[in-house]
Amino acid sequence: MENASPATADRTAGINGRRKLTRILYSQKIAPWLFVLPFLISFALFFAYPVISAVNMSFQQVLPGQVQYIGTDNYEKLWNPIFWKAIVNSSKYTFYTVLILIPLPLVLAVFLNSKTMVLKNFFRSTLFIPALTSVVVAGTVFRLAFGELEGSLMNTIVVSLGFDPQRWLRSEALGMFALVLLACWRWIGVNLLYFMAGLQNIPKELYESADIDGANTWNKFSRITLPLLKPISIYVFTISIYGGYSMFTESYMLWSGNRSPNDIGLTIVGYLYRNGLEQNNLGLGSAVGIVLLLITIAVTIVQLKLFGMFRKEE
Amino acid sequence: MDTAKKRKRSVYTASMVLLFILFGAFAVFPIVTLIIASFKPAQELMRFGLNLKIDPAIFSLKNYSYLFTGESLYLTWYWNSLLITAVFTVLCLLLSSMVGYGLAVYQFRLRNLIFVLVLVMMMIPIEIIMLPLYKLSISLKLINNIWGIILPFAVAPLPIFFFRQYASGLPRDFLDAGRVDGCTEFGMFFRIMMPLMAPAFSSMAILQALFSWNNFLWPLIVLRTNEQLTIPIGLSTLLTPYGNNFDMLISGAVLAILPILAVFLFFQKYFIEGMTAGGVKG
Repeated sequence: MENASPATADRTAGINGRRKLTRILYSQKIAPWLFVLPFLISFALFFAYPVISAVNMSFQQVLPGQVQYIGTDNYEKLWNPIFWKAIVNSSKYTFYTVLILIPLPLVLAVFLNSKTMVLKNFFRSTLFIPALTSVVVAGTVFRLAFGELEGSLMNTIVVSLGFDPQRWLRSEALGMFALVLLACWRWIGVNLLYFMAGLQNIPKELYESADIDGANTWNKFSRITLPLLKPISIYVFTISIYGGYSMFTESYMLWSGNRSPNDIGLTIVGYLYRNGLEQNNLGLGSAVGIVLLLITIAVTIVQLKLFGMFRKEE
Repeated sequence: MDTAKKRKRSVYTASMVLLFILFGAFAVFPIVTLIIASFKPAQELMRFGLNLKIDPAIFSLKNYSYLFTGESLYLTWYWNSLLITAVFTVLCLLLSSMVGYGLAVYQFRLRNLIFVLVLVMMMIPIEIIMLPLYKLSISLKLINNIWGIILPFAVAPLPIFFFRQYASGLPRDFLDAGRVDGCTEFGMFFRIMMPLMAPAFSSMAILQALFSWNNFLWPLIVLRTNEQLTIPIGLSTLLTPYGNNFDMLISGAVLAILPILAVFLFFQKYFIEGMTAGGVKG
């Protein structure tokens, strides 16, 4: 027994190892950590590290093989008319999409949800179809529809209404119109789904008792439906703002690449892409990213204040 | 109900239906014009733009047949897209369901903190970390590689959130029964809980597959050579400052929508659950 052969020693180690493994597999203390391990790794590597790195790089000049801290130079460089234009464009786009893509789908959802409505599922699905297309496909169609030729779809429409044909994607206002229309086309169906899901959560009894009290349709809408849709509206509002400020692909597709005339389609992320990737200035690009982060955080705080989310906590 | 009221109601319904027909037409119209255009020669398109004119004389399948010849890389792109979507969806569901389940079922230290981190990840637009992520991908040798597209987003916050909500609603009795019968914690997840979470898996599978199939910005950054591109990136390369290859672009776009449309028609219920996952349960 004293001089056990290496083989037995190996086997004992093997058994010990297996026992250890079994203990791990059965342990209710260790198991949860194994379950969340993929998240911890992914969060550290692909999220926390890049966020810290973005902050860090925004104070650096990043050249191949040579990195140098340059203080706030990158941020000072951002104080230029082109970046300002990108901010204005993104803000306008966000403003218009929020202005349309919240009230309109909300009202449509209420209509579609009404008792007398027919073909509910059919309409819901039809309005949802644009969300299935990629921005690349959608952008291609809209680009062609907003062509400069007299025969293009939009020009046919405006001419038949008695206006002159337009050079849509060369004008600042009409270019923005094309972007917003593209966004509306893709997102009405999705937001409609959100609001319909919200409507389904409103107890029917509320409407029944309102009926007994003699409330009219408008009263029911403004006193029951709207207040109870508040949580879902805040959610849709939030994702619309985030989506609006981080919009890039739509503009990239409408103006084939990041090059719109006079930068009428330039967005914040477009500016980030141009500086960080096309011109390989990672420091400046990162600074743009941090500005975008600050904008989204600021808008979120303002919005939470407006909707009184903080008050509720007290 | 008196007839006047009844008539008022049917007028209301009729106008509602009309309104939705208009919005429905607005939704479908661009796709219909795209399909019609895909059968016409590109010169026709350049001259007259998109329109609804159906003229059998100029209709042909030439744009489509071009996609399948050796001259175009479309089939390669299609295969890349299918492969990336399949691998991404399977990996993402497996990992995210594990995490969501772990957060829902076990009591452990830092559980709430980890859940807050999931929410933080959901709140920050990924465009912000794109450049550092790009730099990281270069050092990890993930550039121009399908893993470079898949790995950074394989553990996604929204599915974790959704699976956590779903798993919280499941009965715990099974777990105690499983432990008594000598099942490991992982065995219980794979054999008992995963089947119970099947509806959540269907919704998230559709959502993540749609995301991956249509994903644009990140693959645009990661992919370099023509042979590695996915459909959206490949199609976007057909638009250049020196001229646009519309005949291939349009037929290629139509074929790119087809698989999603087919899945949508058959699994509408799961689509809708997946799409509204973030809002309703939150």
